[in-house]
Amino acid sequence: MYSNEHQLYLKNKKRNKNIILFFRIFIVLFFLIVWEVLAKTEIINPFLTSSPSKVITTIIDLYKQNNLFKHIWTTFYETIASFSIASIIGLIVASILWSNNTISKILDPYLTVLNSLPKVSLGPLIIIWIGANTNSIIFMTLLITVFTAIINIYSAFINTDKQKIILLKTFGANKIQIFTKLVLRGNTKNLVNTLKINISLSLIGVIMGELLVSKKGLGYLITYGSQVFNLNLVITSIFMLGIMSYLLYFCIDLLEKKLNK
Amino acid sequence: MKTNLLEIKNLSKIYHNEKGELIALKDISLEIKQDEFVSLVGPSGCGKSTILSIISGMMKKSSGEIKFNKKKPKIGYMLQEDSLFPWRTVLDNACLGLEIKKELNDNTKKNVIRLLKKYGLGDFIDSYPNSLSGGLKQRVALIRTLALNPDILLLDEPFSALDYQTRLALSDDLKHIILNEKKTAIMVTHDIAEAISMSDKVIVITNRPGKVKKIINIELEKNGAPTENRKDKRFNYYYEMIWKELDHHV
Repeated sequence: MYSNEHQLYLKNKKRNKNIILFFRIFIVLFFLIVWEVLAKTEIINPFLTSSPSKVITTIIDLYKQNNLFKHIWTTFYETIASFSIASIIGLIVASILWSNNTISKILDPYLTVLNSLPKVSLGPLIIIWIGANTNSIIFMTLLITVFTAIINIYSAFINTDKQKIILLKTFGANKIQIFTKLVLRGNTKNLVNTLKINISLSLIGVIMGELLVSKKGLGYLITYGSQVFNLNLVITSIFMLGIMSYLLYFCIDLLEKKLNK
Repeated sequence: MKTNLLEIKNLSKIYHNEKGELIALKDISLEIKQDEFVSLVGPSGCGKSTILSIISGMMKKSSGEIKFNKKKPKIGYMLQEDSLFPWRTVLDNACLGLEIKKELNDNTKKNVIRLLKKYGLGDFIDSYPNSLSGGLKQRVALIRTLALNPDILLLDEPFSALDYQTRLALSDDLKHIILNEKKTAIMVTHDIAEAISMSDKVIVITNRPGKVKKIINIELEKNGAPTENRKDKRFNYYYEMIWKELDHHV
C-alpha cells in the first residue's frame, strides 16, 4: 500500500486526466450544438453556414447516390500513393546524399531552389504534360512533398552523433555498417516526424490538385459545391477531409508508439 | 626483461586545412612493453590523442614508423564518451565491436557475458543504458573494448566525462581489470595524479608541436590500486617532477 501522500498524488493525476478528456469532448459538443441551434433559429444563415444535421443528411445522400466512397477513396488513394512514393524517394535520396559528401554539395543549391519554389505554380504545366487525371495530381503532390522529405531526412542523418560514428570507426566499421547500425536506427524518431510532415503535405497537394483539375475526390466535391452554390456539400467535404487527415495522422502516431516500445 | 610490444620511431603528423598546415607531432619515439601501462601526459591540444588515432590506424601518419612485434595486432580503442547506443541493451552494446568485426558467435558472446558478470554488470545485462550511472556506462564501454580481446588498449581520457568520485573508483576498476586480463595499455590524460597512480611509465609531451619531453618510470612502493598509490611516499615527488616538465601558461 502506498503512503497517503502518494495516493493523493495519484488521485490528482487521475483527476487532471479526466478534466482534459472532459473538456476535449465538451468543446466539440459545445461547438456542434451552438452551430446547430444558431442555424435552426436562423440567427446565422443556414444556406451559407450549413449545420451539423445537414452535414449528416448530405453524407447520407452521397451514400445513397453511391458517390460517398468513390470520392473518399479517390482522395485517400491519391494521398497514400504520393505519400508513400515521396517517403521512399526521400529516404533513398537522403541516404545517397549522406553517403557522398561531394554529391550532396553539388546538389545542395538545386534542392534549396526546388524546395522553396511553390510547386502549385507547376500545376498547369503538369496538367498539360500528363493530362487532367489522377496521375497528374499524384505527380504534383509528389513534387510538393519529396523535396521537403529529402531535406528533412538528410539533415537528420548528418546530425548523427559524431562520437558514435568515431566509435564505430574504431571498430573498423564501413559506411554501410555505420548507416545501418547507427544512422538509420538512431534516427527512427526523426523519420517518423518526417512521415508526419509528409502526410500533411500530401493532403495539401492532393486537395490542391483536385481543386485544379479532377472529376472525383473530396477536393472535387468542394469545387463542384462552390460552383453550384451548394455550401452544404462544401462544408460536408471539408468535414470528411478533417476526419481523414486525423485518421492518417493517427496511424503514424500508432507506428511511433510501436517503434518507441 | 619484457619484450617491446610496440615501437614508435620519429612519428610526425601534419594537419592540413585551407589556411595552412599545422605540425601536431614531431619526431615522437616511444617503446611500449608487453603488459605495460603507459600514460601520455601533456597540455590540451598537444596532440596526445592524435598519437592514439595514428596507432589505431584511424588516422594517417605524415612520416615515421610504427612497429608492432606481431602481425595484425588487435587494437582496442576506448574513448572519452561512452557513446552507448540508447536503443541497445547493455549486452548488445558490449557486443557492438564484435558485431562490426563479424566475430560475434556463441563463444565470444559468452565471453562478453562473463566479463559483464565479473565486473559488476550482471544485473544489468538486459537493461538499457539510460538506467545506468555514468561510471557503469563507462564500464560497459570498457567491456565493449575488451570483448575484442585486444593486444593493446588505447584509452583516450577515459574518465574525463565523469565526476571526481566516480573517476577515482573507476580508475581502480580499470586498473584491476587491465591487470586481471593482462593487457597492455596506453592512456592519454591531462590529469597528472591519474597518470602517476595508474601507470608504470609516464611520458610527458610538450605543447604544439608535440614532442616527447621526458619519460618517467614510476616506481612506487606498494604498486597497488590507483587510490592506494596516491598515498605512496613517492607520489608527490613524481607529481612535482611532472608538473615542472609541463609548460604552464594559463
